[in-house]
Amino acid sequence: MKKYIFLLLLTTIAFGQQTPASKQTKSILILGGRAHVGNGTVIENSLISIKDGKIAIIGDGTLMKPAKHDIVINASGKEIYPGFIAPNTTLGLVEIDAVKATDDESELGEMNPHIRSIIAYNAESGLVEVARPNGVLLAQITPRGGRISGTSSIVQLDAWNWEDAIIKENDGIHLNWPRSYSRAGWWAEPGGIQPNKKYDEQTTEIQDFFNNAKAYAASKVSVKDIPYEGMKGIESGDKQVFIHADGEKEIIDAILFKKKNNIKKMTIVGGYYAYKNAALLVENNVSVLLRRVHDLPILEDEDVNLPFKNAKLLTDAGVLVGLQNEGDMERMQARNLPFYAGTCAAWGMDREKALQLITSNSAKILGIDANYGTLETGKSATLFISDGDALDMKTNKISTALIDGRQISLESHQTELYERYKEKFENK
Amino acid sequence: MRLIKFLFLFCFTIAVQAQDYFPKNDGVKQSFKNHVAITNATIYVSSTQKLEKATLLFKDGKILEVGTKVSIPKNATIIDATGKTIYASFIDVFSEFGIQKPTDRPERGSSAQYDSSREGYYWNDHIKTDYNAFENLNYENKSAEKLRAIGFGTVLSHFNDGVIAGTGLLWTLNDEGNNATRILNNKISQHFTFSRSKFSRQSYPSSLMGSMALIRQVYHDGKWYATGASKTKDLALESFNANKNLIQIFNAGDKLNSLRANKIGKEFGVNYLIKGDGNEFEKINEIKNTGATYIIPLDFPDAYDVSDPYLAQQVSLSDMKFWNQAPFNLKILADNNIPFVLTTYDNKDAKDFLQNLRKAVLYGFPKEKAIAALTETPAKLMNQSNTLGSLKKGALANFIIVSGDIFDKDSKIHENWVQGNRNILDKMNVEDIRGEYNLVFDNKSFDLKISGELEKLEAKTSKDSIDYGTKLNYSEPWVNLVVKTNDSIKSAYYRLTGTKNLNYLEGKVVLENGQETSWKATKKEVTEKSKDKKKEDKKDEEPKVPIMVPVTFPNLAYGNENKPKQETLLFKNATVWTGEKEGILKETDVLIENGKIVRIGKNISATNAKKIDATGKHLTAGIIDEHSHIAISNGVNEGGQNSSAEVTIEDVVNSDDINIYRNLAGGVTSSNLLHGSANPIGGRAAFIKLKWGYSPDEMIVKDAPKYIKFALGENVKQSNWGSGRFPQSRMGVEQVYEDYFTRALEYKKEKASNSKYRYDIEMEVLNEIISKKRFITCHSYVQSEINMLMKLAERYNFKIQTFTHILEGYKLADKMAEHGVGGSTFADWWAYKYEVNDAIPYNAALMQSQGVMVSINSDDAEMSRRLNQEAAKAVKYGNVPEEQAWNFVTLNPAKLLQVDNKVGSIKVGKDADVVLWSDNPLSIYAKAEKTIVDGTIFYDLEKETATLDVIQKQRSELINNLLEAKNKGLKTQAPKKKEVKHYHCDTVEEF
Repeated sequence: MKKYIFLLLLTTIAFGQQTPASKQTKSILILGGRAHVGNGTVIENSLISIKDGKIAIIGDGTLMKPAKHDIVINASGKEIYPGFIAPNTTLGLVEIDAVKATDDESELGEMNPHIRSIIAYNAESGLVEVARPNGVLLAQITPRGGRISGTSSIVQLDAWNWEDAIIKENDGIHLNWPRSYSRAGWWAEPGGIQPNKKYDEQTTEIQDFFNNAKAYAASKVSVKDIPYEGMKGIESGDKQVFIHADGEKEIIDAILFKKKNNIKKMTIVGGYYAYKNAALLVENNVSVLLRRVHDLPILEDEDVNLPFKNAKLLTDAGVLVGLQNEGDMERMQARNLPFYAGTCAAWGMDREKALQLITSNSAKILGIDANYGTLETGKSATLFISDGDALDMKTNKISTALIDGRQISLESHQTELYERYKEKFENK
Repeated sequence: MRLIKFLFLFCFTIAVQAQDYFPKNDGVKQSFKNHVAITNATIYVSSTQKLEKATLLFKDGKILEVGTKVSIPKNATIIDATGKTIYASFIDVFSEFGIQKPTDRPERGSSAQYDSSREGYYWNDHIKTDYNAFENLNYENKSAEKLRAIGFGTVLSHFNDGVIAGTGLLWTLNDEGNNATRILNNKISQHFTFSRSKFSRQSYPSSLMGSMALIRQVYHDGKWYATGASKTKDLALESFNANKNLIQIFNAGDKLNSLRANKIGKEFGVNYLIKGDGNEFEKINEIKNTGATYIIPLDFPDAYDVSDPYLAQQVSLSDMKFWNQAPFNLKILADNNIPFVLTTYDNKDAKDFLQNLRKAVLYGFPKEKAIAALTETPAKLMNQSNTLGSLKKGALANFIIVSGDIFDKDSKIHENWVQGNRNILDKMNVEDIRGEYNLVFDNKSFDLKISGELEKLEAKTSKDSIDYGTKLNYSEPWVNLVVKTNDSIKSAYYRLTGTKNLNYLEGKVVLENGQETSWKATKKEVTEKSKDKKKEDKKDEEPKVPIMVPVTFPNLAYGNENKPKQETLLFKNATVWTGEKEGILKETDVLIENGKIVRIGKNISATNAKKIDATGKHLTAGIIDEHSHIAISNGVNEGGQNSSAEVTIEDVVNSDDINIYRNLAGGVTSSNLLHGSANPIGGRAAFIKLKWGYSPDEMIVKDAPKYIKFALGENVKQSNWGSGRFPQSRMGVEQVYEDYFTRALEYKKEKASNSKYRYDIEMEVLNEIISKKRFITCHSYVQSEINMLMKLAERYNFKIQTFTHILEGYKLADKMAEHGVGGSTFADWWAYKYEVNDAIPYNAALMQSQGVMVSINSDDAEMSRRLNQEAAKAVKYGNVPEEQAWNFVTLNPAKLLQVDNKVGSIKVGKDADVVLWSDNPLSIYAKAEKTIVDGTIFYDLEKETATLDVIQKQRSELINNLLEAKNKGLKTQAPKKKEVKHYHCDTVEEF
């Protein structure tokens, strides 16, 4: 009896995380779908053959005759997309915003490159399973807080544990660039903004930290210095530096910082005013993971639709742009990532280009494009089939989703509750 | 011993100006007062009566005669004021001068204080009706001097602390007198503010609307107390009743707050004298319509330092415009014949007052009105026209002697007389000793040149083109010169002292060796030419009056040049989402006239209409946001008590919130502005139309049914912030309602049976609910509490109109349908707190399937501009048909708000609140192209680029002006970023 009660409690209190799909053993053929490759092109009436977790062949279905496959999925009239990628997210690091005990997103201290998000990533988070049915299949799990928040890792969203979820471990460090101005007062009585008097000091601290990290890496030391250990890999380009900054001056300074330190790979996260210095970004090969699209303008005088147009402004200028959604309720909003791209398309971007903002562009920015981000032969079969346009919530209805060829569950705590109560009312 | 000494001193100071009938122990009594005559002056007897070459005769602090033919008594003291101008001294009716303020501010405790700290007084500490300024005086000579230096002679002092801040006194700035002579009226005014006392931590009121409700309740309670019906003593109410006939002064501040203060006054038949903020010109018509008299401050913002372009970007156009426009405020008030007086209250440095006044006059504020606003008008308001504000016979001898026109920037106030006592600020008729002299002493001859400003003379001594360092000090008639010898090895000086004579200076010199001898400096011929040149230079410096940047409606970016007007509009060839049984009509025309939808059909022609080609576009009813917190001033929650039914958002609608415009850009035409969710019984709601550029009153839909916000769950039981207030559990929440509704019914009985019942705003509102005249929209999450409230309502024979948020509504949708309550929910929000763990995006679909009237709302200024997308999520989650999903944000909220007879669908006869979309409105690709409210286009995407250009142009022009101001050396301030507050249900902050 006791055991029974315990089990019952488990099912009602803990989220019934869906069982991760097992490794692909049977070959899959998807026929007739309209494939959005993720590189700007579309294959009408496509043929996709999937073996051992990879796309064995993708092409025009009218030109090819498929071999025999174990599973054949008819996708005619449907849309096929590469799995969407959610960069700079805290998915799996916090479960309920207001409950501190469920919050593992930031650590004490300023310079924390050694803090690794991956080990706190809860692969069984209820928020993870809810993101998948909208097409979000990959994510960069990113810590918050401090000057250097820590090191992120990239995961796929269907795994038994964090270790199994890893696509790219320790892909980069996240640096919150100081603000060039500081504000006095509070919202009701703003005291004015002033140049941040500590700005130089704060940027110098960053420079010093990088200098020391470099010196440390070049020295033979007997005792390990954990934070500097966390900086290893930046010089070789194994680890990217993600600089979180929105302001114009900050972005320019961040680019100067890149030059000075010969940082191989750098991305601006946020980048609200990056469009004002787009040429500089292009020239220095710096990409942008753009501030949340569904947001209000920062300033009263700005174009009320600037957040919707921002990605286009940058893309038109040649900047490589991905979308992310750091901010209020960011974990539960992760599932709305496709609609951010849709909104960018509404405000002037070509739809396939808008799709790249959450697929190939993000894959390139995160350095996982060899395997993910597009539907191309030889790449991971991480994709999904939607009844209609997946960038539009009206038609984003996903019937099949694969991660590395594994057909994952699209159910969640939420769909289970839906079914349960639907049934309750139907049986009434 | 010490005590005796102290007493002695105390007595002594008093005795200097003891009253006639006081005993005198430090000498003999003296009573003689001489006549004083000030002659040959230009005298402003009043703002409109100016006498030239006139005499002012007074004695014992009172004016005896003023005129051009005054006979001066023999032996009178005569002061020649040739070339000078005399004005009655100024009166400031809004001052804290000389008030001894308490120093013991309470510490911020960790837990809130819900009860008052005093016994025998009102239940709320912020009602300080019993406070009297005259009992807390500390006359400070230094502060008085500062006020006199800018022309003031009389002030009304009060302590600006508390919602009702007690009484003020009228007194003079007479250093010679004591309080017995200074005080003209010890209790002249009663003061109101919207702010809490800084000396009590009692939580209520915690919002602007709370302060407003509290003031109203005090009026009701005062009336009730006067009937003698109270069983207990309330000293605060007694004072309030006793102060009823004093002048009632309301420190309102911002222009919208002035309208709010006036509204309260009108309700209780009180004409407040309203202290404004200097931004009245932004809503000048509304300000004029109050009919009130205003007290206007003269605190103009300093120029923003915009030299750093990155920082400059943060300064909003509205703040830059205000910098340009503020100095025109007085002119505009005067042009509109709005009665007002002036105050120094907002000037951190009193000197700025006179400087700004002169600026206002330069910017077009008529001089005679300026004089009146500082003299006659305040005197009249204080019922002191016979004693103050003019220089007529019998008035107090309170006047200033000015070197010329007081509004001329070079004019100096020489003397400020208060009650016949002379205060010299700047000596009149000082003899000019400037010029070139032959200085001779010790058989040496030097050239001495005295130049510079009269107050700051400079001297230069030279001999054979060698300069001798010289310091000059002149205090008529004494001249002091210290001249450095030309000894290059050691420092040595000649010290000269002497007096001025007709055209020479002479006196004694102490040589470097200590020997004394005499000196004489004889004036050389003056070269007139150089004098004239100086005058010309000055003329060139005449400040230019900038062009006033036009005031827009509202006065910020995206404001309209003129208030938008209704038009006759004909949409041709649209896909029309009627929202009614007609469904979606293709290639259909819609005609809008006089703010209404007048025709729907094919091939409609109307020659007078502005035709809008809507081919390929979709026309829908405007979006109605059932749960919004935009456009609210100073606090969305009155969380100071567990019930706040007495407050109403209608009091605090903020017409100048940029989010109104942003919402229009998202196709929203109406918003139901709700109180937050900090307490089980929240405040009353305001249903507004987003008429950008109109006033709060014009936005509120007056005839819409009235609502109140209730709330359940984590917020009201203070799970995530605060503590110490009942309830702390869902169990307690039910009992809060039991308690209040029980009391409401008792109140109703009492009201019916007892003519001396105590009118209670909160109980009145609760009875409106019971009698189905006011409807509840209740913040709710989990099924247990939802069920509880329905059962409770049923026990009191009413129903809940709407559950808002209602994220577990799907769990008991059948019960909700049975009760008849609607559900206004989020499309997909969850995981932000524990009680939303079971929130599912299928909620809307499930509730609707059981017959619940469903709408989707925002509770968020960002989401509200994408409500079409949120509605579309119902298509995704739960397969709701498109037309029904669209109704989730239009017709259904209209039904929940019971305004569906007017808005919510495209139907002939309904209000023309419509939106033209570029695409199917449920599509992510749809953009609102035109948003129309009451037949008026308030948002037009086509004009967006042009509008942005105007904003950009105005910004750059103003930035150039600001930079010029900085280059001219004017004072600047750090750039300020304008914060637009975004409220949510659970936004709680200190007001």
